[in-house]
Amino acid sequence: MRKLILGLVFAILPAIGLAAGGAVPLDHMEPDHTNKESLQRGAALFTNYCMGCHSMEYARYKRVADDTGIPVELYEENLIFTGAKIGELMKISMNKDMAAGWFGAPPPDLTLETRLRGESWVYSYLRGFYKDESRPLGVNNVVFDKVGMPHVMVGMQGLCAVEPNIGVKASVEPLSGNVTNADVCPEYAEEGSMTGQEFDQAMWDLTNFMSYMGDPVKVERERLGVFVLIFVAIFFVVAYLLNREYWKDVH
Amino acid sequence: MQKLINWVDERLPIVDAWNKHLAKYYAPKNFNFWYFFGSLAMLVLVNQLVTGIWLTMSYNPSGDGAFASVEYIMRDVEWGWLLRYLHSTGASAFFAVVYLHMFRGLMYGSYQKPRELIWIFGMLIYLVLMAEAFMGYLLPWGQMSYWGAQVIVNLFGAIPVIGADLALWIRGDYLISGITLNRFFALHVVALPIVLLGLVVLHILALHEVGSNNPDGIDIKKNKDENGIPKDGIPFHPYYSVHDLLGVAVFFFIFFVVVFFFPEMGGLFLEKPNFQPANPLQTPAHIAPVWYFTPFYAMLRAVTVDFIGLPAKFWGVVVMGGAIAVLFVLPWLDRSPVRSIRYKGWLSRIALAIFAVSFVILGYLGLVPATEGRTTVAQILTVLYFLYFFLMPFYTRMEKTKPVPERVTG
Repeated sequence: MRKLILGLVFAILPAIGLAAGGAVPLDHMEPDHTNKESLQRGAALFTNYCMGCHSMEYARYKRVADDTGIPVELYEENLIFTGAKIGELMKISMNKDMAAGWFGAPPPDLTLETRLRGESWVYSYLRGFYKDESRPLGVNNVVFDKVGMPHVMVGMQGLCAVEPNIGVKASVEPLSGNVTNADVCPEYAEEGSMTGQEFDQAMWDLTNFMSYMGDPVKVERERLGVFVLIFVAIFFVVAYLLNREYWKDVH
Repeated sequence: MQKLINWVDERLPIVDAWNKHLAKYYAPKNFNFWYFFGSLAMLVLVNQLVTGIWLTMSYNPSGDGAFASVEYIMRDVEWGWLLRYLHSTGASAFFAVVYLHMFRGLMYGSYQKPRELIWIFGMLIYLVLMAEAFMGYLLPWGQMSYWGAQVIVNLFGAIPVIGADLALWIRGDYLISGITLNRFFALHVVALPIVLLGLVVLHILALHEVGSNNPDGIDIKKNKDENGIPKDGIPFHPYYSVHDLLGVAVFFFIFFVVVFFFPEMGGLFLEKPNFQPANPLQTPAHIAPVWYFTPFYAMLRAVTVDFIGLPAKFWGVVVMGGAIAVLFVLPWLDRSPVRSIRYKGWLSRIALAIFAVSFVILGYLGLVPATEGRTTVAQILTVLYFLYFFLMPFYTRMEKTKPVPERVTG
C-alpha cells in the first residue's frame, strides 16, 4: 500500500511542474514587492510611459500611493494626469474603439498582465524590441512577434539594430576579463539616454511595479501566512496531546 | 443548562440525536489515515459555504461586471482576497479530499453490502460537486472560465438529434453569455448547494444506520459485549472527534500553505488565462479544464474514431459519462467474499493499483495539449480504467482470498 501511495505522489509531480510553457527563451525576473524604491520608480515609469494607452482599471491610485510609500499629495501632483481623484480607479482617457483602429487591437488593461504572462515574460518583452522596417511601426519584438505596440521607451534604450539577446546570460571571459552579453542589444541603430544596464534596471523596476499591481496583497499575505502556520502548528500539538490523552484507554 | 436541554428535548429529540450520531455511535477502533477524509470533506464543505456566502455579497453576476467585481473583491473588499483564495483553494481541496475518500472506499470495500446506498449517495454527491465546480468556474468570467464552459456545454451538442437544442437550452443563448452566467450563478449559489447538503445528510444517515466499515472490512457488530456494544467499537465522540482534530490540523497546514503562499498553485488551482477577462472573439491557445476534471477530459479526447455513423465526439461523451456511471454500479460488480484489500487476492490488488495509476496519469494527460503519442497512451489507460470495473466480477471471484480475522487488527 505504501508503494501505491508513493507511486501516486510521483505520478502527480510532473503535473505540478508544468505550470508555464512557451517556446521563446526568457530572462528570468524574480519580483521583490518589499523594495519600495523600485516600486516607486516603476510607478513613475508606468505612469509616464505606459498609462497613455494602458489602463490599470482594477486598481486605485490611493492604494498604490499607500503601498509604495509615495505621499498622497506628491502622487496627485505628479502621477495622476487624468484629473481623477486619488481614490478612483486607474482608468485612462483613450477610447477603446478608436485605439482598436490605430493599433489593430485596443491596448489591453495591464493590472493583471504579470499574472497572465509572468514577470519574466514582461521583463523580457520590455527589453525585446528591435528595428524591423518591414513592420508598420518600424519595430518588432523577439518575445512577441509582429507586435502592434511601438517601442515607447526608445528614448531611454535606443533602438536595437538586431534582435536583442533575450534569454542569454552575461558571461565573463576569464583570461581577458571581457564581459559578453552584458547588454541585451549587441548593436544599436539609435543610441538612447541610458546604458544597457541602466535600462535593464529601469525595466526591472517597471516589471516589479506591474507584478505588485497584479498581486498587491502578496507581502501582507505571506507575512500573515507565517503566523497562521505557526498557529496551526501549535494547534496540532494541542490536538495531538488531547488525542493521546483520550486514546490512552482504547486497547 | 440542563433544564434548558430538558425543555428542548421534550419538544425535539436532541439528546437522542446526539447519542445516535455522536456519543453512542460506535465506530471501529482501527480507523487509519484514510479515514480522515470524510470529516475533512465536511470541513471543506463548510469552508465553501461560508466563504461563498461572503463572496456573493460583493460579486456582480453580470457579463459586464463579473470580472471587475472579482478584482474588486481581491483589492477593495476587506479580507476579500482571503475569502476568494479560501474559496478557490477550497474547490481544489474538496476534490483532493473527495478523491482520497473515494479511494479509501475502493480499498476497503466500503461500497459492499450493506453499504450500497452510502456509496450511491456518495457518488451523487460527487456528481453534484462536479456540476457545482463547473458552474462556479464560470463566475470569475475570465478567458478560461468562458472557454472552458464553451467546450463543456458544446459536448451536449454532440448528442444526436436533440444535442444542438439541448446546448442552446443550457446556455440560454447561442454562445456563452451574461445570460448563461446568471443562470450558472443561481444554480451555483442556491440550487446545487441545497441538493448537496441534502445528499450529505442522506450519506451520513445511511452510514449511521449500518455503521462504519473499517480497514479490515469486518463487521464489528458481530462481536458485542453484554451491554450490546460492539467490542471493537468506540463512541465517535469523543474518540474520533478528537482524533479528527489531528487530521484537521495537518490538512489546515497544507491548505494554508497554498492559500497564503501559492494561491495559484502554479496555474493548477487558478489558471493563468483566467487573469484576462472573457473574450468571445479570442480563443486561448490551449483550453484545459481544472485539474480535477482532467482524467475525464483525457478520456473524452482519447476517443478519435467515428462509429456507426456517429461522430467521435459523441462517443467521447459516452465514454466520459460511462466512466462516471460505472462507479454507481460498483457495489454489484464486486463479488469478493471479503471487503478489504488486506484480505483480497493479488488480482484485486494489482487491478486497484493499475486503476489508480491510470486515473492519475489520465489526469496529467488531460492537462497538457494532446499529441499523437499522448492520445495513444490515453486510449490504453482509458481501456484499463474500464477493465478495472468490467473484469471485477471475474477477478474478485477467481482469486484466492486470505482468511478474515474475527476481530479488528491494529
